[in-house]
Amino acid sequence: MNETIDLTHHSAGTHHLPQQRGWWPYVRRWVFTTNHKDIGTLYLWLSCIMFFVAGGMAMLIRAELFQPGHRLLEPDFFNQMTTLHGLIMVFGVVMPAFVGLANWQIPMMIGAPDMALPRLNNWSFWILPFAFLLLTSTLFLPGPAPNFGWTFYVPLSTLYGPPSTDFMIFSIHMMGISSILGAINIIATIINMRAPGMNYMKMPVFVWGWFITAFLLLGIMPVLAGAVTMMLTDRHFGTSFFNAAGGGDPLLFQHVFWFFGHPEVYVLILPAFGVMSEVIPTFSRKPLFGYSFMVYAIIIIAFLSYIVWVHHMFTTGVPLAAQLVFMYTTMLIAVPTGIKIFNWVATIYKGALTFETPMLFAIAFLFLFTLGGFSGLMLAIVPADYQYQDTYFVVAHFHYVLVPGSIFAIMTGVYYWLPKWTGRMYSEALGKWHFWLSVIFLNVTFFPMHFLGLAGMPRRVPDYALQFADFNRISSIGAFVFGAAQLLFLINIIWTIKKGKPATSQVWEGAHGLEWRLPSPAPYHSWGEPPSVEIVEEEKNIKNPELEH
Amino acid sequence: MRYLRIFLNFFLMIVLPVLIFSNAYAEYKYNMPVGVTPISQDIYHLHMTIFWICVVIGVAVFSVMFYSLIMHRKSRGVKPATFHGNIRIEILWAVIPFLILVVMAIPATLVLMRMEDTSKADLNIKVTGYQWKWQYEYLDEGIRFFSTISTPTDQLKNKAPKQQFYLMEVDKPLVLPIHKKIRFLVTSNDVIHSWWVPDLGIKRDAIPGFIHEAWARIEMPGIYRGVCAELCGINHAFMPIVVDARTEQDYEKWLQDQKAGLQQQQIALKPAINLEKHWTSQELFKHGQEVYDNNCAMCHKPDGTGMPPAFPAIKGSRIATGPIKAQIDIVLNGKNAMPAWGAQLNDDDIAAAITYERNSWGNNDKEKYGAGAGGTVTPADVAAMRK
Repeated sequence: MNETIDLTHHSAGTHHLPQQRGWWPYVRRWVFTTNHKDIGTLYLWLSCIMFFVAGGMAMLIRAELFQPGHRLLEPDFFNQMTTLHGLIMVFGVVMPAFVGLANWQIPMMIGAPDMALPRLNNWSFWILPFAFLLLTSTLFLPGPAPNFGWTFYVPLSTLYGPPSTDFMIFSIHMMGISSILGAINIIATIINMRAPGMNYMKMPVFVWGWFITAFLLLGIMPVLAGAVTMMLTDRHFGTSFFNAAGGGDPLLFQHVFWFFGHPEVYVLILPAFGVMSEVIPTFSRKPLFGYSFMVYAIIIIAFLSYIVWVHHMFTTGVPLAAQLVFMYTTMLIAVPTGIKIFNWVATIYKGALTFETPMLFAIAFLFLFTLGGFSGLMLAIVPADYQYQDTYFVVAHFHYVLVPGSIFAIMTGVYYWLPKWTGRMYSEALGKWHFWLSVIFLNVTFFPMHFLGLAGMPRRVPDYALQFADFNRISSIGAFVFGAAQLLFLINIIWTIKKGKPATSQVWEGAHGLEWRLPSPAPYHSWGEPPSVEIVEEEKNIKNPELEH
Repeated sequence: MRYLRIFLNFFLMIVLPVLIFSNAYAEYKYNMPVGVTPISQDIYHLHMTIFWICVVIGVAVFSVMFYSLIMHRKSRGVKPATFHGNIRIEILWAVIPFLILVVMAIPATLVLMRMEDTSKADLNIKVTGYQWKWQYEYLDEGIRFFSTISTPTDQLKNKAPKQQFYLMEVDKPLVLPIHKKIRFLVTSNDVIHSWWVPDLGIKRDAIPGFIHEAWARIEMPGIYRGVCAELCGINHAFMPIVVDARTEQDYEKWLQDQKAGLQQQQIALKPAINLEKHWTSQELFKHGQEVYDNNCAMCHKPDGTGMPPAFPAIKGSRIATGPIKAQIDIVLNGKNAMPAWGAQLNDDDIAAAITYERNSWGNNDKEKYGAGAGGTVTPADVAAMRK
C-alpha cells in the first residue's frame, strides 16, 4: 500500500472555492458559507477583533490604575470597562476562538468532510456579531453601559441596573443560543461522522476535549438563560426571584449564575487542554503519555465542575455544611488536573525537543497555567478564602489560568495549524518576539496582583490606598507592553497569509494525525472520501500506542 | 542565552516568592497580615501551609520540566524515547496528591468550624452596608451612627498631596473593646456589599434582606482598616472600614461619652429638629451645597445634570422646580435606587440640600418654571413631613 495519499485523484482534496470577482460574490460567500473551514475562519476573525476591543478596555483600566487618585476615567465608566472587558473576553474572545479551532480541526482530524449540520453551523456563527453589536452598542446609548461586573450580581444589576442591562440580557441570550447550537453540532459530528476505524479511544485528544466541552455547554447555557430571564422579569414584570422584600433571595441569583459559571470556566480551558495534547507530543517527537488517563481526566474534570460552584460564594453566608462539602469537591478537582500536568511533563521527558513558536507557547502554558492552578488550590481552602475573596488575589488567579492558559492555548493552536490552513509558514522571528514579549510582560502584569490581593486591595476599584501604588504601577507597565505585543500576532497572521513561505503537507516533523495527511493549504472540501482504514490505524497507533498492546 | 532565560524564569517564579514569603518579609506589602484575632492567625497559618505545599509540588514538577527542556533537546542529538504510559505511576500521582489534600482539609475544616461558632458573645454589633458608607449599631447600647470616608475631595482629585491613610480613613470609626467576643451581624440596605477587615480575619457579604454573623476577639489594641469587598456601584472603592480597638477601660469611657449624647458624635435613632439654630436662606444654601456635593452629587453630578435615565437630572427637573412637598417627600423616603435620606441625614442637612437644589442651575427661574420655583426649605418643613 502506497504510504502517501494520491491527492490529485482521491477526493481527499478538491478545490471548489468560488472564483467569481466582485464584492457581492465575496460577501455572499462569507455570509452564506456552510463550509467548516470558512466558518472556522469567521469565528477566529471575530475573536481576534473582540480580543483587541476587550484588550483596549483593559488598557484603559490599567491606565486609570497606574497611579492612585482619579485620573482618566469616571468611576462609573471604569465599572463599565471592567464589566465589558470581562464579558467580551469570556464570551467574545475565548469561546469563539475555541469554536473556530473546533470547526477547522474536528472534521479534518476525524476524517469527516464537514460538520454534521453545516447550515446550523453558519447560523451559530452569524448570531454572534449581532450579539456583540447589541452589547457594545450600550456604550453609545444614553445612560451607562452595564457597570456591575461580568458576574452581574443582583440587586445591583436588577433594581439598581441601568436600562442597558436589558440589552446585555438579550445579548447573552443570543450568545447562549449560538453556543448551544454549536455544541449540538459538535456532538453530532463526533458521534456520527468519524471515519471507519476511528474509534473513540483513537480520536485525537483535541477532539475529546471538545466532545466533553460540548456536553458541558449543553448543560450550562440554558441555566444562564434562566438566570438572565429571571433578571429580566424581576426588572420589568414584577417578579421577585431575587428580591427579599418579595420573598426571593439575592443569593438565588448567585447559585444559578455560578452553577453556569463554574462549568463555564472549564468550557474555557478543556479545549486548551486538547490543544496542548496535540502540540506537546509533536514537538517532543514522542507519543502523548497516558492517553487513556488524559481522556478520563477530562471527563472527571467535567463532571466535578458541576459540583463546585459554591466556591465562588464562600463569604455569602451559606451554611457551614455547604462550605465544607464544596471545599472538598473544589480541592478534589486538583487531582485530575494534576494528572494532566504530570502527563504532559512525562511526554516531554526523554523526548527530542525543538522550540518552534507553538511549542514555546505550550511550555509557557504548562508552567504558568500550573501557577494559576496553585493559586486556585489556595483559594479552595475556605478559611483562607475569606481573606482572598474579591481581592486582587482572585484577579491574579483567573488571569493566570485564562491568559497563559486559554489565550496562550488559542495562540498555540493558531501558530500550529495556520500553515495547514493557509499553506504558508508564519514568520518564526515575529512569532518568537510575540512569545517572549507576551510571556515576560504578562508576568509583570499579573504576578504582582497576588501580592496586592494578599496585602488587602479589593477588586473592581478605580482607586486604591497608597500602599498598593508600587505594584499597581508595575502591573500597568506590564499591561501596556503586553497589549502592544499582541499586535505582533496580528501582523504575523496577515504577513503569513500574504507572504509566508509555502508549507509542506507534514509541516512539523513530529506531527501525527489525519489533518497532516492533507495538503497545505487544506482543500476547501477535504475527506470527501474518508481516509482508508489502514491510514486511520497507522495514525491511531502513533497517537495512542496503548491500544497496540 | 537560553539557559540564562530558563534560569531567570526559575528564579523569578520560585526562589523570589520563597524569599518574599518567608517571615522576614511578612510585611504588609507582600503577604496577608497575621492579624490580631485567633481566627486571623489560624487563617494565616492555613494560608502559609497551603502556600508551602504548592511551592514544594511546584519545585518538584518544574525541576523535572526544566531538566527536560535543557537536557532532552533534539539539538543535543538525543533520540526520543518511545514510552507512552505507566499505570502504576499514574495511580501514584493521583493518590499522593489526593492524600496531601486530605491532610490539608483537616485543619481547614477545624478552623472553619471555629469561625462559624458565634455563640456566647459579649457584645453584638450590627453592620449595615449602604451605598456608599457603613452604619454601625451597638445593639445592646442603643448607639447607632454612619461611618463615611473622610479623605478630602482635593486628595481624590489630585489637587492636594495624598496623606498616609488615603482612602482608608473615616469620620467615625467602629470603636470596640479588646479581649471580648464580639458578634457582628452584617446586612445591607440596598445592594450587596462586603465587610472586610483583614486584621480581624473577617469578611462577610452584606446582603439586603438577610443577616449574616461573624465573630472576633481582638487581642491587641490598635487601628485596623478594611474595605468594601463586593462591587456595589460607583463608589465601591470609597467606603472603607476603620476599627478602633481599645482597652476595656478606654472602651467603657467612650461608651459613656456616646450615651451622654455628645452632639458631634452621633445621629440619634430618630433625627430631631435642631431648634436652637435659626437658618437664613444664605446659610441654608451654603450648607446645602456641602451636603449636596458630599451625598447627592455622586449620582446627580455636581452640576445637577445627573446620568439619565438611571439618575435623573435635578437641573430643570419637574420635582426641583415644582411643589416643595413632593421634593421633600422623595428625598426623605427615596425611590427605587435612590436611598431614603431621611434615615441618614438630619432635617438641617436635608432642608439645606433641597434649598440648594431649588436655587441652583437656574431652577429658581420663576419666568421659566412658574411661581412655585425656587424658595427656601427650613428644617421645620422637613420635620413636618417625617411620619
